[in-house]
Amino acid sequence: MVSGFGRIACAIAAMLLCAVAMGHAAATVKAAATTKATATEAGATTKATAAKVLTDKDCLGCHNLKASAKLQARPVSVYVNAEIYQPSVHSKVGCVACHSDIHAFPHPDSVKPVSCAGCHASETSAYADSVHAIAEREKKSRFPACLNCHGNPHGIRAKTDPKSRVYPLNLPRTCGTCHGNPELAKKYGFPDVYALYMDSIHGFALTSDGLLVAATCASCHGAHDILSRKDPKSRTFPRNVPATCGGCHAGIEVDYLAGAHGQAMIAGRSNAPVCTNCHTAHQIAQVDVVNWQLKTVATCGNCHKARLKSYRDTFHGQVTELGFVATARCWSCHGAHIILKASDPNSKVAPANLPTTCGKCHHGATASFVSYEPHPNVHDRRQNPALYYAALFMNLLLVGVFLFFGLHTALWLARSLGNGSRGKDNGASGEQ
Amino acid sequence: MERAVNSNDSEQYYFRFSLGQRYLHGLVITTFLGLAATGMTLRFSERGWAKSLAEIAGGFTAILSLHKLCAVLISAGFLYHVGDILYRAMIKKERGLFLGPYSMTPQPKDAVDLFEMLRWFLWMGPQPKFDHFAYWEKFDYWAVFWGMAIIGATGYMMWFGPFFARFVPGYLLNIALLIHGEEALLAVWFIFIIHFFNSHLRPEKFPLDPVIFTGRVSGGDYQHERPLDYSRLDESGALETLRSDPPPLWLKNFSRLIAVIAVGIGFVLLALTWIAFWTE
Repeated sequence: MVSGFGRIACAIAAMLLCAVAMGHAAATVKAAATTKATATEAGATTKATAAKVLTDKDCLGCHNLKASAKLQARPVSVYVNAEIYQPSVHSKVGCVACHSDIHAFPHPDSVKPVSCAGCHASETSAYADSVHAIAEREKKSRFPACLNCHGNPHGIRAKTDPKSRVYPLNLPRTCGTCHGNPELAKKYGFPDVYALYMDSIHGFALTSDGLLVAATCASCHGAHDILSRKDPKSRTFPRNVPATCGGCHAGIEVDYLAGAHGQAMIAGRSNAPVCTNCHTAHQIAQVDVVNWQLKTVATCGNCHKARLKSYRDTFHGQVTELGFVATARCWSCHGAHIILKASDPNSKVAPANLPTTCGKCHHGATASFVSYEPHPNVHDRRQNPALYYAALFMNLLLVGVFLFFGLHTALWLARSLGNGSRGKDNGASGEQ
Repeated sequence: MERAVNSNDSEQYYFRFSLGQRYLHGLVITTFLGLAATGMTLRFSERGWAKSLAEIAGGFTAILSLHKLCAVLISAGFLYHVGDILYRAMIKKERGLFLGPYSMTPQPKDAVDLFEMLRWFLWMGPQPKFDHFAYWEKFDYWAVFWGMAIIGATGYMMWFGPFFARFVPGYLLNIALLIHGEEALLAVWFIFIIHFFNSHLRPEKFPLDPVIFTGRVSGGDYQHERPLDYSRLDESGALETLRSDPPPLWLKNFSRLIAVIAVGIGFVLLALTWIAFWTE
């Protein structure tokens, strides 16, 4: 992080100090080390070469002198590494396309800072409304400007170039420069999600298989126009999340929108779950990972509390609780995305469809079998009268047996111990 | 084992349990502990110890397989016992199976004994004179009998759910699980508290009564614990036919080992399930 900011600071300072440095560099070349070069002498040579059109070769003639002690002795280096610059995307347009106030050599002491907006107008204006730009303005701190993400201005590559900092396989690391730094995240109050993402199915696809289609930061958040998830225009605003995920998971989006959750979302219910409520935003796991399968029961239970409790009272729930997935969990019966109410004839848990749904595991499930209540509530006399009275009977039996034999045992123990201390009793048990 | 008793018969031993009965008790101990450990793991699945046990056992499939294996074995024992009773009653026409001092059927004397025993507890009278089976032993027997029938029936109902649902509505499976679990809790606690105390851990017997393992009881003990039975057998001369050698040392040691293991496992399960139940 420090080196990242350092690099940017270097780059900006380089632009500001360009003129002074150029003067010194030129003097170093021409004066052949016999006299001490001064600003006055450098100024005198400016007029002599004014007519020529500057090429990159002219600029690099001075700025690529790596060995020059003078060039590097500046408070900030104005050195441009030709090896980095030449393959960069900007070498096609040339130095003076960006440093547009330099027309001749030697150039003035002071030159204007380069503005990316000159060419990249739409990106710059998109950025101006983004959460990064807002943070930069409001907190008056150095939040990402162009170079924080794109890197060394003289070495910027096309985003399709594997060496680019914003190439899909490199992007998470670039964003992670800040969003993977817990101290920085805490200080400025932004999410520290790099590690979560890297462990997710998306991050795994990216790092393990190098899948270019795997979702990276920009796939969900956008690139320049990243908005807060509280902003209704944001791609990650809850109501927009299904469309964002649907950008890749189109079939799932259709299912989701047709289901009860999607319908609730469309109806504008604020508590309607979207993709991220169940899958999380960054640590999205592969659905066949056991740990995730077990966790999702509690995830559904975040909203469906009573259903979770009654589920846990069943054999299905007990097995799941032990940490095994060889049994029915929420979506085994209800489906995952196209979840429909039981009153909907298309629902997997509609009465007519239950034999099929239950029959997936319980071969030979009949209409009678599916009168099994997968969410029993022993305390609800109206809903499950038979169960209620069975529980009552069992409780009374338990209480009765232990009350009687508990007392019987306690009295026996007291009597036997008392017997020992008082000596042999009248005709009592033989073991004395 | 050899306790000081005012009797000439204290060094003489008599058979109280046949080898078959002892094996049956052994089978019940083993399978009951197995059923309790695996079943309570499911019943209190939200507990850390349950998850650890399940993991050690090799997963839920292993837990359930062990549970079913023990269930089949104990069922076989149960059916063998019922078959044996029926055989003795109907083929051999044995008398006294269902009524009389050698029957497990609760009879008026048991109510009287209970009443007198309660009076004895309260220092209000002498201890009743017991016959071949005391009332708490009959209760133990019927508790296990009823428990096996109820827990077994509900267990097989759930095991073959879709099959049973051809004859009964599926919601009975909800009730089956409830009864299975509650009855099991009753059985586990009853055995690990009441049976352990009544038969082994009470001061007169502490730390164990080896008779169910060795099959033999000393004449002195017999006379004091079951005076009516002893004098009847003595008078009829049948006592001589029950005469046995003293239990060999290896058998006594084996009894102690079994008892320590069973009581150890029982108390651990008792503590775990008791705490889990009251903090549920």
